[in-house]
Amino acid sequence: MQPFAYARPETLAEVVALLERHGPGARLLAGGTDLVINLRDGKVRPEVVVDVKRVPELAPGITAGEAGSLVIGATTTMTQLAAHPVIRRDLAALAEGAAVVGSVQIRNRATLAGNLCNASPAADTAPALLVHGAIVVATGPAGDRRIPLDEFFVRSGVTALGPAELVRAIEIPPQASRIASAHQRRTRRRGHDLASVTVACGVDAAGLVRVAYGSVGPRPLLRVDTTGTLADPRATDEARTAVLEAIFADATPSATSMRAGPEYRLAMLRVLGRRALEAALGRLDEAAA
Amino acid sequence: MIATLPIALVVNGAPRVVAVEPHHTLLEVLRDDLGLTGTKECCLVGECGACTVILDGRSVDACLVLAVEAEGLEVRTVEGLAVDGRLSALQAAFLDKGAVQCGFCIPGQLVSAQALLDEVPHPSRPEIEEGLAGNLCRCGCYEQIFEAVEATAAGEGHLTASAAPPAGANAGARSVEEGLDQ
Repeated sequence: MQPFAYARPETLAEVVALLERHGPGARLLAGGTDLVINLRDGKVRPEVVVDVKRVPELAPGITAGEAGSLVIGATTTMTQLAAHPVIRRDLAALAEGAAVVGSVQIRNRATLAGNLCNASPAADTAPALLVHGAIVVATGPAGDRRIPLDEFFVRSGVTALGPAELVRAIEIPPQASRIASAHQRRTRRRGHDLASVTVACGVDAAGLVRVAYGSVGPRPLLRVDTTGTLADPRATDEARTAVLEAIFADATPSATSMRAGPEYRLAMLRVLGRRALEAALGRLDEAAA
Repeated sequence: MIATLPIALVVNGAPRVVAVEPHHTLLEVLRDDLGLTGTKECCLVGECGACTVILDGRSVDACLVLAVEAEGLEVRTVEGLAVDGRLSALQAAFLDKGAVQCGFCIPGQLVSAQALLDEVPHPSRPEIEEGLAGNLCRCGCYEQIFEAVEATAAGEGHLTASAAPPAGANAGARSVEEGLDQ
């Protein structure tokens, strides 16, 4: 590994100052499950690695925010998300997505902010957060900025964060109608591989269905069924299929990926999309019962 | 030239101070600076689990942790499983069930299994499979490894019955030499 300096700031202001001073020469270190691999491969060659794990404002945890929102600390790990009773109850798709990231060892380190900032098309927490309308709270030299997650992802590896900005938290705004959600994923081998297809579905009592999917294009996508068909128990299978086909129409899986061929991914997206929908609808009924 | 940083950490219960370079991983420091070569270097991308250690109560791949990140934390390696030179019940169960062929992955398997048992004392088979999914065994001893974890959880450890554990040691601990001779 190429040498670099190490900084472990204890305030958010220090982190921002380091990012301003070093520009692209600074890299943030949270869980390190991607960064350390890239450092070893020489894909990134920073002057300074800035470890953000001891900054109180970025500490792990799920807390109540303003007006009924839920705030997830930037360095909350996948293990913590998957086990948290509030996440399991109110954001089931997120708990399920976090529970299948890598292995136990990876989940014990990998953080939510890291998963989002890497902006991998296969990010396991992204579809769940998209269907729950998550907002990225970014902070930088000009202060805080709130970015809807759907606008945060630009393309693989690229986010809407400015040069000296970082993610301080993820906020789940309160919904007028509670969203029941579920996550589905396909991978080649459990415990190691990235997702070949990842999809989450969220349904609210008003019948609005949100579907988000990843690993089938340059960034995760969010689509909303405004017709009410997917949540309508009287809708025919043909009608539902037509809506799902429209929702998945923007999937553009790579033809050259080593992980899965495009035909397979598209076929699995339809299967998993349906499973996620059924699971979310079931959970909505459970909650209503 | 980037200066070394002194870090203080607790390794297998003993406080240690080591001067580390920021770009050295916990794996490198454990093996090269502290001489704890039980933790194995293998894939270096967090896929094989051969370098698994317990960091502040959680299993991690030591190849993906910078040593400086461990400042002030507690590390438990495979060397920390045995007590007073006696194998733990888990280690004995690995021998008993024939879970070891080439042995290269075993330190990581043991540490992952220990972390699992620390959290879930009586894991189901699916919980064991998930708990050890981050540890590859190229000899394919998964079945025997899972059986060893189950036997430990069930308190079987019949290999250990002949050796009375020393006071204060893990229940069912037995001598390293005795275990290897089986």
